[in-house]
Amino acid sequence: MELICPAGTPSALRTAIEAGADAIYCGFNDETNARNFPGLNFSRRELSEAIAFAHRRGVKILVAINTFPRAAAVELWQRAVDDAVNARADALILADIGLMDYAARHHPGQRLHVSVQAAAANPDAIAYYVETFGARRVVLPRVLSVPEIAAIAREVACETEVFVFGGLCVMAEGRCSLSSYATAKSPNMQGVCSPASHVAYATTAQGASSRLGGFTINQFAPDEPAGYPTLCKGRFSTELGTGYIFEDPVSLDATALLSALRDAGVSALKIEGRQRGRAYVEGVVRHFRKALTVLDSGGEAVVTSLKPFTEGQASTVGAYRKTWR
Amino acid sequence: MMQLSLGPVPYNWQPERWRDFYFRIADEAPVDVVSVGEIVCSKRAPFFDEHLPAVIERLERAGKEVLLGSLILVSQPRERRQTAALAEMADGLIEVNDLTCLRSISGRPHAIGPFVNIYNEAAASFHASRGAVRICLPPELPLASVAAIAAAVPEVVIEMFGFGRVPLAISARCYHARVHSLAKDNCRFVCDKDLDGLVVRTLENQEFLTVNGVQTLSHACANLLHDLGELERGGVRSLRLSPQSCDMVDVARTFRDVLDGREDAEAGSRHLQRIYPNIPFANGFLHGAPGFSFVMPEQAVE
Repeated sequence: MELICPAGTPSALRTAIEAGADAIYCGFNDETNARNFPGLNFSRRELSEAIAFAHRRGVKILVAINTFPRAAAVELWQRAVDDAVNARADALILADIGLMDYAARHHPGQRLHVSVQAAAANPDAIAYYVETFGARRVVLPRVLSVPEIAAIAREVACETEVFVFGGLCVMAEGRCSLSSYATAKSPNMQGVCSPASHVAYATTAQGASSRLGGFTINQFAPDEPAGYPTLCKGRFSTELGTGYIFEDPVSLDATALLSALRDAGVSALKIEGRQRGRAYVEGVVRHFRKALTVLDSGGEAVVTSLKPFTEGQASTVGAYRKTWR
Repeated sequence: MMQLSLGPVPYNWQPERWRDFYFRIADEAPVDVVSVGEIVCSKRAPFFDEHLPAVIERLERAGKEVLLGSLILVSQPRERRQTAALAEMADGLIEVNDLTCLRSISGRPHAIGPFVNIYNEAAASFHASRGAVRICLPPELPLASVAAIAAAVPEVVIEMFGFGRVPLAISARCYHARVHSLAKDNCRFVCDKDLDGLVVRTLENQEFLTVNGVQTLSHACANLLHDLGELERGGVRSLRLSPQSCDMVDVARTFRDVLDGREDAEAGSRHLQRIYPNIPFANGFLHGAPGFSFVMPEQAVE
């Protein structure tokens, strides 16, 4: 299985390669990708240089152009596709159907991967992308169990890529307007979710509270570290009680499931975190490189502590086990 | 003339209530199009399927165009089979709510619901070239995008979500089951206790979202009564009213009265507030503002 690692900056990219990545995914420093944070991502020139650097080391670069082009500005995204192709990207990761159509028609030889943002969650949807655009790989939404992934991998004509570490989306990716409901900024349109621009922390009598767009997302005791107010990881109440209604603020760690994913026929493992720093990239990539080496030599991957890198200092295997639903 | 369409009932109503709701819509509601079917959770579908033929027949006899909505999220093998079967059975148009449908009906005329990502003219043209004849756009789109899309595909009926709690997210996890300490597989259909969805509040007691099984909706109710002129000028030809647990016939009449100039938007909104009290209205998405907000026309920045 290929290890696909995130890079938000050229130095993170070098770090990931040194730590053992088989491929890196990254994006341009504009709204064409779904991690559009200030100071993050690659200029055209940085991407060209990164691709040349990676290719000399036998590492692939996958360019994420995975937001949904803004109406009346579609050319920006089409230029991004053209520029990534000209820079010799090994694959484009796309979500918008119109953009896939453009890429397939204008760059028929270019390898296309279906982004998790395209929410292709079953063999029929995946087959549609394969048959219509010649997609070679699909990044599976994080709402599928391992048996479901195995069933998909058996049935589809393209490769499958699954997330194994990092932030966890509990809603179908690419189909969520929670963030824009609270802040007017959406993953699909602006490439951000729960943006920092709309975050506020306040001191309360009980400790602290975190807010997003004016809505209180969580409250913390004085000695508790105040987490980042990602909307779906907040604490809320219904008439049945108070708690993490949607998901606990944990992140995904599927180390324990690597052999199951391999047996399921998965082609590639993806680490989330283009917005994370070099220490995260180095630590997490090394861990999974080592786990894969152990797996290849017939052993089981050891679940060593990646706690410092996990949100909420706790991890989950998410939807990969069906009890999550 | 702007059409009115009624979206599928999102909530898990008792089947007889569901059936009688549609009979009354057929008999009394000034809506042109009605989309029916269980689109949120396939576990609920068998209970409504029993009444579906009678409902469709009554609606068609009343002159309504009937659309058959697909599931929003298709993942189980049974759901894939049902989705493919939808393409075979339909006398009327399928309303595609998940791209899975396209594998079985691409090329044949169909409608597209507000759960398919059409954010720009290229995506809209792509779908139009493969048979989409009406498209209800994603509710989070701003007016400028709506207008650019409508201009690019003038042959397609472009529809906007104009009333009802706004669908914001879909998941494989059931949040209704989760708050009852159950899971989707053993859910006991607890979602049937909440006819308008289950309200989610912040820790500071601010009403925020609504849980409806695997679906998350806004707490606020969309109300585009004050934006009808802009929508019409932007090329929108149909307005979708999404059923809430209130007098939807009266809601439809109110929208029809404002569209036809018998009532102004202010009076219409007051009327809606009486029909569906205690729920804030919102139109923020259309104005590029946070979705929960309500922007009055004179505040809107062109």
